[in-house]
Amino acid sequence: MTILCAGINHHNAPIEVREKFAIGGNDLQESLAQLRAIDGLFGAVIVSTCNRVEFYAASVCPMRVMEGVRRFIDKRAGVTEAPFYTHDSHLSIRHLFRVASGLDSMVIGETEILGQIKQAYSAAFEFGATNVHLNKLFQNAFRVAKQVRSETQITRGSTSVGSVAVDLAGKIFGDLSGRKVMLLGAGDTSERVARSLVSRGVRTVIVANRTFDRAAALADEIGGLAVHFDHWHTAFDEVDILICSTAAPHPIVTREKLESIMQSHQERPLFIIDLAVPRDVHPSVNDLENVYLYDIDSLEKIARQSIEVRQGEVTRCEKMIDRHVRDFLLWMRNHPGSLR
Amino acid sequence: MEAYLLASATFCLLSSFGHTLFKLGSGRVQPGIFNLVMMILAFGLLSTDLWMRGEVQRSCPINSLFDVLVFMSWSTILIYFVVGSAYRLSLLGAFTSPLVLGILLFAQITPINKDAHMRLFRDHWIELHAAVSIISYGAFALAGVAGLMYLLQNRQLKKRKGGTLLYNLPPITDLGIANARLIWLGLILLTVSFAAGFASGMQVNTLKFWTSAGIWTAYALMVLLRGIHTMAPKRTAILSVGVFIFILVTLPVIQHLSNPK
Repeated sequence: MTILCAGINHHNAPIEVREKFAIGGNDLQESLAQLRAIDGLFGAVIVSTCNRVEFYAASVCPMRVMEGVRRFIDKRAGVTEAPFYTHDSHLSIRHLFRVASGLDSMVIGETEILGQIKQAYSAAFEFGATNVHLNKLFQNAFRVAKQVRSETQITRGSTSVGSVAVDLAGKIFGDLSGRKVMLLGAGDTSERVARSLVSRGVRTVIVANRTFDRAAALADEIGGLAVHFDHWHTAFDEVDILICSTAAPHPIVTREKLESIMQSHQERPLFIIDLAVPRDVHPSVNDLENVYLYDIDSLEKIARQSIEVRQGEVTRCEKMIDRHVRDFLLWMRNHPGSLR
Repeated sequence: MEAYLLASATFCLLSSFGHTLFKLGSGRVQPGIFNLVMMILAFGLLSTDLWMRGEVQRSCPINSLFDVLVFMSWSTILIYFVVGSAYRLSLLGAFTSPLVLGILLFAQITPINKDAHMRLFRDHWIELHAAVSIISYGAFALAGVAGLMYLLQNRQLKKRKGGTLLYNLPPITDLGIANARLIWLGLILLTVSFAAGFASGMQVNTLKFWTSAGIWTAYALMVLLRGIHTMAPKRTAILSVGVFIFILVTLPVIQHLSNPK
């Protein structure tokens, strides 16, 4: 039995090409049925995400099946020669294990792909499109991904400014539900961070912007409240997270101003995310007790650090994966017969 | 037999601590089952040791400095199991094991008398007083551990550099809450212990009285000032570490003064 993989991903094709091959939920069963109809094919799984479209197949006559898969792909996308990579057993197994572990993702170590592969596999399984070898292969891929994630630092930290900010909020407050956020200035990044915080349970978002209409519009969109920019400090009492992104040429949040506000803050910490350049918050604010100030540089530095840590872990992950590939190939040699 | 039990408990804690250091070195600090198993084993071994000592001494085995140190190690792990699991603070066990290990090693290595001391007379109030006060020290020990973790996390957050410790330590707010509640628990236990001491009508050495009163007052002030939001969590954390160090330093003196002459 041979495991085959044919695919297209963000490494070898831009989005304009990838989107032609994407297989949505509605087309999945039909596509699986067409693949299963290929002579000599005993099982198939289709993984279609925004970054990749991959076909995994089990067959005893790989050349014929690969031809059939190619014809299916070309016909589907309406092209003559799709820019697909193809792998034999060894490389297919290794590829799937790498993809499931997040090593082949655009952001190394991202974990969303594992969920997407699980979905793709269970859809194929429920449709009866898989066979023993593919079942074993995908179960192994999930186990490998779990092991890689738990025994290495491949998923360590966050890799974007927004997610670093949300992670830090978690490290300061723990549970974010019921927390109050204030946006000082309504920039795109601050809006994205605020939305992420809302998705993590933040209760109230107050928006203060020099243009009140923009503040009102944004507040309306994310279910918050708008206040006039000049009165931001009056609404500051119960704020836990302050996100600044104004275009002010000098700091608008100074130590003196914050010191008096913090007295009514009791023992609650204040997390300040300063995304503005020039900075909106004077650096000395970080010296205040219970105040944690992060500017754009420090957030980017942490994000870069996480990327470096993840990249440093790749070799270790690859070794782990190679071990599992050898084990799986051995299993395949010992179980050549059962086709379905 | 008791010596073997203590040595085995020490070995378990040493393994747990070594495991944590290894994980730290490889950049992977995750609350693992290994640390928990080692702590459970150490607790079981210490419980057996204390039970055997209690059988020999025909009383709660806290009649010498050696006994007190072993009992304190046991009570710190006990509080960790009771309170630590409720807060689910990751790494609390990893920080607790070196502290207990240190106390146990000190008890075994230093040239203090390790023989079983028989009490000349038995008074249940005095036994209750001594036992509960040492259990309260266990709560204060864990408050100190939570305080230390708070200070470390605060430093990590203030430094703005990320890092393994930042991602693995619990949220700073949770650490502050745990620190305050453990102080509360310790204070309640210490108050019960003092009440039992007064009920026994025992005569107390002046130095012991004032040292104990000072410890009680320090923790009571922490609770009071935190309650009225006058003391910041960071100061409470620093004080909880400081006062616990004071307890450890003065423990031999207090124990010496507590021995019936």
